Amino acid sequence: MSSLELRGVSVRYGRFTAVRGVDLAVPDGSVTGLVGGSGSGKSTLGKAVVGLAPLTAGRITVDGVDLPRRPGRGPVQLVFQNPYASLDPRLGIGATIAEALPRRKTADPARARDLRVAAGETTGAAAGTTRWTRAERAAEVARYLDLVGIDPARAAQTPDALSGGQRQRVALARALAARPGVLIADEITSALDVSVQGAVLNLLRRLQRELGFALLFISHDLAVIRYLCDQVVVLDGGRVVEAGPAVAVMARPAHEITRTLLSCVPALPVTATRPPTAVPDQEA
Amino acid sequence: MAANRSGTGARAALRRSLHTPIGLSAVIAGLLLAALAVAAPPLFGDRAEAIDTGATNQGVSGAHWLGTDSLGRDIMARVLVASRLTLQLGLTATVIGLAGGLVLGVAPSVLGRRAGRAVTAAVGVLVAFPGLLFVLFLATVFGVGSTGAVLAIGLALIPSLARLIQNLTASIAGSDYVAAARILGVGRFRIVVRHLLPNIVEPVVLFGVQAATGSLIAFAGLSFLGLGVQSPDYDWGRLLNEGLGRVYVNPASALAPGTAVVLAGLVFGLIGEAVAQAGGRRTVTVPTATPTDVPAAAAEQDTDLPPGNANKDPQDRPDVNGDALVQVTDLRVAFPGGRTAVRGVGLTVAAGEAVGLVGESGSGKSLTALALADLVPYPGRTTGTVRFDGADLRSNPRLGTDLALVFQDPMTSLNPALRVGRQLAEVAEVHLGASRGGARARAVARLAAVGIPDAGRRARQRPHEYSGGMRQRAFIGMGLMAEPKLIIADEPTTALDVTVQKQVLDLLGQVRAGTGAALLLISHDLGVVAEVCDRVLVMYAGRIVEELPVRRLADAAHPYTRALVGAIPTMATDPASELATIPGRPPEPGEEFPGCAFAARCASATDRCRAELPVLAAAGGGAGHRVACWHPAEPDAEPEAARAGSEAAA
Amino acid sequence: MAALAAFGEQPSGAGGLRAAARALAGDSWPGFVARRLARLLVSLAVVVTASFAMIHLIPGDPVHAALGPTADPALVAARRHQLGLDRPLPAQYGSFLNNLFHGRLGESIISQTPVSQIVSDRLPATLRLVAPAVVLILLVAVPAGMIAAVLTRDGRRRRGELAFAATTGVLAALPEFLLAVGLIALFAVTWPVFPVAGQSDLSSYVLPVLSLTVVPTASLSRVVRVEALRVLREDYMRTARAKRLPARLVYLRHALPNLLTSSLTIGGMLFTSLLAGTVLVENVFAWPGLGSTIVQAITTKDYPLVQGVVLVYGTFALLITFAVDMAVAAVDPRSTVRGN
Repeated sequence: MSSLELRGVSVRYGRFTAVRGVDLAVPDGSVTGLVGGSGSGKSTLGKAVVGLAPLTAGRITVDGVDLPRRPGRGPVQLVFQNPYASLDPRLGIGATIAEALPRRKTADPARARDLRVAAGETTGAAAGTTRWTRAERAAEVARYLDLVGIDPARAAQTPDALSGGQRQRVALARALAARPGVLIADEITSALDVSVQGAVLNLLRRLQRELGFALLFISHDLAVIRYLCDQVVVLDGGRVVEAGPAVAVMARPAHEITRTLLSCVPALPVTATRPPTAVPDQEA
Repeated sequence: MAANRSGTGARAALRRSLHTPIGLSAVIAGLLLAALAVAAPPLFGDRAEAIDTGATNQGVSGAHWLGTDSLGRDIMARVLVASRLTLQLGLTATVIGLAGGLVLGVAPSVLGRRAGRAVTAAVGVLVAFPGLLFVLFLATVFGVGSTGAVLAIGLALIPSLARLIQNLTASIAGSDYVAAARILGVGRFRIVVRHLLPNIVEPVVLFGVQAATGSLIAFAGLSFLGLGVQSPDYDWGRLLNEGLGRVYVNPASALAPGTAVVLAGLVFGLIGEAVAQAGGRRTVTVPTATPTDVPAAAAEQDTDLPPGNANKDPQDRPDVNGDALVQVTDLRVAFPGGRTAVRGVGLTVAAGEAVGLVGESGSGKSLTALALADLVPYPGRTTGTVRFDGADLRSNPRLGTDLALVFQDPMTSLNPALRVGRQLAEVAEVHLGASRGGARARAVARLAAVGIPDAGRRARQRPHEYSGGMRQRAFIGMGLMAEPKLIIADEPTTALDVTVQKQVLDLLGQVRAGTGAALLLISHDLGVVAEVCDRVLVMYAGRIVEELPVRRLADAAHPYTRALVGAIPTMATDPASELATIPGRPPEPGEEFPGCAFAARCASATDRCRAELPVLAAAGGGAGHRVACWHPAEPDAEPEAARAGSEAAA
Repeated sequence: MAALAAFGEQPSGAGGLRAAARALAGDSWPGFVARRLARLLVSLAVVVTASFAMIHLIPGDPVHAALGPTADPALVAARRHQLGLDRPLPAQYGSFLNNLFHGRLGESIISQTPVSQIVSDRLPATLRLVAPAVVLILLVAVPAGMIAAVLTRDGRRRRGELAFAATTGVLAALPEFLLAVGLIALFAVTWPVFPVAGQSDLSSYVLPVLSLTVVPTASLSRVVRVEALRVLREDYMRTARAKRLPARLVYLRHALPNLLTSSLTIGGMLFTSLLAGTVLVENVFAWPGLGSTIVQAITTKDYPLVQGVVLVYGTFALLITFAVDMAVAAVDPRSTVRGN
């Protein structure tokens, strides 16, 4: 069980301040939505958490423990926006996921099914851990591919054999294989086709509920945030302008920016009573 | 499993490349050159060294095909024998240069930020000097002779190679997948070995081949200047040097070693082309994040429908509307190789009407829009008729006056080198015969009209000084330079920030209200279309599968439309429900289906769907609702797909 | 100067302020010019230091090497003293810089004449080859590359494309000096139309200038074609076609400025290597320029002379690069942001 907490986080590139004094919390097992227009600093904030953007001020903690300032294996993983750029084109998708597996497996076989491994243990330093054998590693990779709905027999294929939605599933599997306590999803559907977006969102929601990681979901679309998130944080010009339970914020937006963002969600003339369509969640 | 490197792919690409004429000739020429270098010295060495004082400085003869030199040695034999030393020296220098280039090129990615910057800056300074100057400098330091020349040429190659490799690695090091590896705690050296090097191999090999050519020529040049190989050794450059003195007596003695250098250079160049070709095949064309409809390269063979069939096309609507502004009948866009992106689209737009054309990438919606404006990229072929305001649009160049276009990406659609005002004004100059001053005034007025503040000053700026939303405004303003009757907007808001999207859509609405122009809005986003349009056309695999008034979207009859509506959460979506999904992937532009193209992904598909093309016919949703489906959903019934889904779940 | 011009274009005080703000942020003209000037100065320092260091990097005693193993030890010592080689390194460097500042480049070991005088005697001849070559290259390569691109865009005329690629490919692969030898064999020996060597009347320029231009013209026209093809695929060219502009405007007004900037950036390297190309061509044609001077100096181990010529060549190369950068930035202001 992990919770992410940001206190007074600022990120500056040269003279340009992308994020200024952001406080934000993703409680254990919950989903927090981070919403804002382009240039609001939402992606920068996500990158700062995993050490890909320079932290100029503030603290980022997971379960009260400070995160390292440089990128490295930690309790937080990030899924990138564009699945066409986030997978190494020369590496088989199995090898890509294998790279994410902890260097040592946990001794307790019961834990292998449990991905909620606390931050300290994922570093592999804990006593009673042993190295993976080749077969175990392959089995573990297959398990993660299966988890995101990709045939494990495709482990040897390179990303170019996969569609956009499938690539994003692989990217999700890679992030989960590192057994993060906290997952950051940075606009993970904006590079995908409409018909595929729903499938990826369904998958993310199902995995979050099954595995119980804390999720920071970054998006520009309030409708998606409303659908997926418990809490919402609205960012503008690098500052938090509004935060609160998603339902409450959507119902009574207090800040001008939130209202603008809400008015930008195009409304489909769909009756709420229409039963939702659902087709078995397969290849996307 | 962990070592699942796609080496097989690279090898396969190489094999494919060998089967092309260039690949084959590169291999043959390379082998011949290598054989010459190996075999010539033992075969002709004695002849090349044999001094014959009785036959000095002879011209071309039967005994000496290329004549003799000042000591009576056979020039032909000397040219052949010199191939070994020339290649040896050239390749050694290349190895030095490539090794140094790789070390300095990869260093910034391995070293810390500061040290990396220092290396980059140092290489940046060195690379400004021409290679030959370097060579001369180093040749002075190392002294005249073969060793000095090898070192000089090898070291002189380093800066430019290092710069090229730095650029390559920098782009890879900045990629998301390297960032992902860093988050996973993969070490710097491991990242270099696993992610960086495999992704730059092909261009580096190409650089290596080019460097080999360069060092071969540089060596020849240096020996020619007398700074390289010294007597009694000889390479082609040295022979050239000696030959030039006799160019009056025997031009062949200078031309032969020169030709040898050129030929060897061409062989290297050929090898480089072959490598580049193999690399080119492997580079995966990355689809853009935003949907575009230019067909992908890979596609299955497909045959056009026979012409007789075209007349019976279901979309050739019988109720031709005489007073429609736009009347499109049986529009097809085909590319060589049988890839058909648009397969018989018929649509009408009434004067002043706003029609939305919705589809995913590959559905053919953007090509449909381009075809209406006769802008289908070569070698695409457009057939069918497009009547615009009573005339055949394609024979009547009214674009820029009666028809305005708005493209997807305002960042790339305005010319970066020209001032924005100029780009607007030229429309009036060319089509309306306006004077330069008049056109400029009109441009400023139009910029102001589309809501650009301080339009007079802004007109003198270049596009890069505008924000994305402003550029799209300016672009819309460009369409208003004349009095358009129709605006075709192809994903006009996709590239824009959410908060700006709304403003641009509102602007389109204002423009329509002000000019009475009709609008054909192409989008992948049903929400955007619903916001602006009266009527929506849904495209799938190059055909229109459903047409209905926007306010009846909830009663869509086609399973595809229903899934599209359900796949995106709206403010009304129940957070407890699953989103609709469509299994499988959209068909490639070349795929041909006897029946419904959606059948493979449709839960309610039957054998009839797979065998017979459904006709666009009136559906239950009232006037203006037509659907091309054998099993359309009833207006108020539970969707077929949902039923199938819940059955499967049970 | 160009920076001032850019300021002048700003229509109002507010614009000027904004430009100044951007300059502070380091992403516009003044900032760009300052960065490029800084780089130029650093590079010049490198050239100066390298040419100074050269004589010390040579293994053994350079004076002994220059005067030969049989030279009188007293003479060697005297020459060493004369060159200042017996003083401590920092002092030597100091006086080297001081001399350089006053335009003194030392004295040739062999001819005992001041290097600066040799350079000023020989440099004009080299420039008289380079200047017409640059003009010719630009005049031929840009239109040729552009016409080829327009004719072969989007995969039209595959055979024409192949012919262009093959011809320019072979020409671009030719080393200048080989071309020079070939031209002599053809036009001076077989058909004696032009003089073989030396600088005399106008006809003596034909073969050397031709040898210098053919190769860069071929490679620049390839570059221009590739760049033009890229530009022709850009969205804004579709916009120009959508506006139904006449072909003349489409290509000259919309395509040309965009492809010039990128072609010039790549072409800048060609011009610096052209400078180096003169070394070989001058040697083939016995042209009394700097190129033949440096080769003689290297063979005769006349190090002060080599030093001086390296300095001149290096400085010219840097100035050309700087000028090209400035020209590109003037045509395309976006490159000031991209630059670093």
